[in-house]
Amino acid sequence: MWKTRIAAAALVALWSGAALAAPPPPYTETPELVAAAKKEGKVVFYTATDVQVAEKLGSAFEAKYPGIKVQVERAGSERVFQRIGQEYQAGIHNADVIETSDAVHFLIFKKQGWLTPAVPEDVAKLWPEDERDPDGQFAVYRAHLSVLAYRSDLIKPEDAPKTWTDLLKPAYKGKIVKAHPGYSGTVMTATYALSQLLGWDYFEKLGQQQVMQVQSSTQPPKILAQGERAIEADGNEYNLFRLIENGAPIKIVYPPEGTPIAVGNAGILAYPPHPNAAKLFYAFLFSHDAQQLNSDFGGLRSFRPDVKEKSSRTPISQIKLLHSDPEKVEEEVQTIKQKYEEYFGT
Amino acid sequence: MTSTTIPVERPSSARRFGFDLSTPVFLLLAAILCVLVILPLFWLAYYAFFDKSGLPTLAVFGKLFGDATIRHAFLISLSLALFVGVLACLVATPLAWLVARTDIPGQAVVRSLVTASFVTPPFLGSIAWELLAAPNSGLLNLLYRWAFDLSRGEHLFNIFTYGGLVFAMTSYSFPFVFTLVANALDRVPSDIEEASAILGGKPSTTLRRITLPMVMPAVLAGSLVAMVQALTLFGTPAILALPAGFHVITTKIWSFFQFPPRLDVAAASALPLLMVVVLLLYGKKWLLGRRGYTVLGGKSGSPRRVKLGKWVWLAWLYVLVILSITIILPYSALLKVALTRNVSEPLTWGTLTLHNFHFVLFEFSATRLAIWNTMFLGLVTATIATVMALVIAYLVARKPVRGSSLLGLLATAPMAVPGIVLGVGLFLAYANPTLRLYGTLWILLIAFLTLELPAGYQQMSAAFNGVHPELEEASRILGARRLRSLWDITTPLLRTSIVATWCFVFIGTIRELSATILLTTANTKLVSVIIYDLNESGDYGAISVLGILLLIVSFAVVYVANRVPFMGRMHAAGPKR
Repeated sequence: MWKTRIAAAALVALWSGAALAAPPPPYTETPELVAAAKKEGKVVFYTATDVQVAEKLGSAFEAKYPGIKVQVERAGSERVFQRIGQEYQAGIHNADVIETSDAVHFLIFKKQGWLTPAVPEDVAKLWPEDERDPDGQFAVYRAHLSVLAYRSDLIKPEDAPKTWTDLLKPAYKGKIVKAHPGYSGTVMTATYALSQLLGWDYFEKLGQQQVMQVQSSTQPPKILAQGERAIEADGNEYNLFRLIENGAPIKIVYPPEGTPIAVGNAGILAYPPHPNAAKLFYAFLFSHDAQQLNSDFGGLRSFRPDVKEKSSRTPISQIKLLHSDPEKVEEEVQTIKQKYEEYFGT
Repeated sequence: MTSTTIPVERPSSARRFGFDLSTPVFLLLAAILCVLVILPLFWLAYYAFFDKSGLPTLAVFGKLFGDATIRHAFLISLSLALFVGVLACLVATPLAWLVARTDIPGQAVVRSLVTASFVTPPFLGSIAWELLAAPNSGLLNLLYRWAFDLSRGEHLFNIFTYGGLVFAMTSYSFPFVFTLVANALDRVPSDIEEASAILGGKPSTTLRRITLPMVMPAVLAGSLVAMVQALTLFGTPAILALPAGFHVITTKIWSFFQFPPRLDVAAASALPLLMVVVLLLYGKKWLLGRRGYTVLGGKSGSPRRVKLGKWVWLAWLYVLVILSITIILPYSALLKVALTRNVSEPLTWGTLTLHNFHFVLFEFSATRLAIWNTMFLGLVTATIATVMALVIAYLVARKPVRGSSLLGLLATAPMAVPGIVLGVGLFLAYANPTLRLYGTLWILLIAFLTLELPAGYQQMSAAFNGVHPELEEASRILGARRLRSLWDITTPLLRTSIVATWCFVFIGTIRELSATILLTTANTKLVSVIIYDLNESGDYGAISVLGILLLIVSFAVVYVANRVPFMGRMHAAGPKR
């Protein structure tokens, strides 16, 4: 009895070790896959991308593959993470494909064995090696910056903040809006990057500025557009692109110290209820159509080389970026949350 | 003498061969109630008092009291509740008096508009007030600056403050006080007031020395209910307090579910909340228990109505201000935002757009599922809860089985359990691999049933007190079994109350957010949850559309429920408490 168990355990270890060593061979869309996916008829997508962008992507998939419905479940990265954690720990397998903007999550998913290795051919061919998991469990579906921005009709360019520490000036008291690292993966990553760059002292002082505290990093841009506050201390660049292109008087600032970048990984979950639709949808996420749509409509940055960005946007190559190592962020998560509550109240 | 043909022998034979279902029904209900109430509370206590290896420990409470942020959140909640309790009764008592005891015109309209503010979920009202009174972009502040030609820094209101939170909570908990006080005023016998008038008391003296003292217990009880609401609400503080940078106890408990979940601390911090609520409800029961003397006079004609005379305008102004705050302004704001792209842009023909409607109805994939789930749960919960409440109230009132009153106790007990506490308890009880109800609609059904049963039971048992058992006894003598006479005789007599209870429970499920937020998953989304999610990403246009849809659908359901042939005649039955 014991021997068989040990043997079985060893086998599992060997097998998973082998799986870790080599990613599965790349796959493409085949008629069989499409037919099987259509039979399943549905795919459930847990995502942290702005709801309008994610729904647009879902509609594009539905148009390309009629008969397969996309159910988009949008919440903040940390909320998506909390939900999938509650569900997987309770043995509930609702979701097919998952995507969040906090790279730490995918480290944890991988450790927990919550992902199915799968490598779409586009990812294997076109994605830079840094932007995909060596074991083929996930890849970077989108990237975006967490930026400083202001209302150009409410603040003159010469009075506008130009660096992060400018936000601490008394003149900006009561004028700033900011998202929460306990909700948004983008802001979690950005808070880590800025606390490394400027020290916690910066956040302690920012906490004295009567900041309006919102949750999602999609919200500060909307609060700016609404005119509720004049400056955002963090928030998604892609939402700002969308609002600016619709005529909102907002200017993005890329401070010389650098701007935090957040990468959004995507992966197929370990027990997808619609495995074929999941594979098809996952491959679609990295297709030219989807990535170009994300860029044009969504304002997201893409690692796909053939995606063309609108000329009005500052190319990412001209911006000084602050990268965060997810392994280091993971160690700091509790400290970040605790310090944040201490300085900002929630 | 044809009457002699009545078969007198039948009852005994029926009793001999028929089977009285009272005892099995009693046992079944007792078992269900035990599972509903005791199981989640047991797990709550277990997680709070035992560590991971199953050994008893008080370490969690050490963490709890050692953590200043938890203590702080708890104190804020308590002070908040106190303010809301006092304010709600200061606002609602004059309103109830105007409607019940003066000749103010349009009483029925005012009563139904107060009902409408009760139908409005508090989280929706809070979002509407966010749109109205955010310091810079709030519509009221824009109006204020425009009217007085002020600069951008000026504002009249700021909803993202402690005061703003008190205001929003009071706006949506005063209907509880209003209903209790208005009902009490309806029942105050007029003869004592007449006596006061005959003895030369001025109307103001009568009001101060006679009427008010008689309804005082109802006023106090109402303000305790408002306090319980303020303590246990999750949506309103999550929407208004978090942007202002502070936690209350419910949002704090919710934050413990963030990764890594701290279930033990969540369970432990739920217990003090539970205890405070139990104390408040005990206080309410004690106060209302002394109310008996208000009905001593029995039927003594319709209550005296005070003639307002030239004051009627002032009275109407007061009514209008309150209704504007709870109904007129919020729904205007939602409608305006639903029809424009941007909250702060003016509503003109140029800015008018159906974009938000299009997005919610055709692009947003969660809409249909959420509306279906919400309606399904609302209908099922309302029906089951009403039937259970009816049977329990019957068993308690007629006591066919020894120990029936125990059922009443069990059915009322959940009233003391705040939604978020029940949510934590149910999650602990049903989200483990053996009892895997988490992720299904059933766990939400259990939560709603548990939360709504007390109010449903209280309404039904009040209704039973008004039906004399003699008609049932006649039916029983003629050979009908217990359940049959309940169905044939009592139920039709209680139609109006049954419909009212059903509507009350239905609306209760639509308002619920605090237990739901912990128990929902992708396939069990409810409208309340997607509204909350959309609020966190600032999609006010979509929220407004959903809120308006929710209101229309709930009114339609209440309307239909009042017209179903069995359940009601053409007789409106609004929720009562």
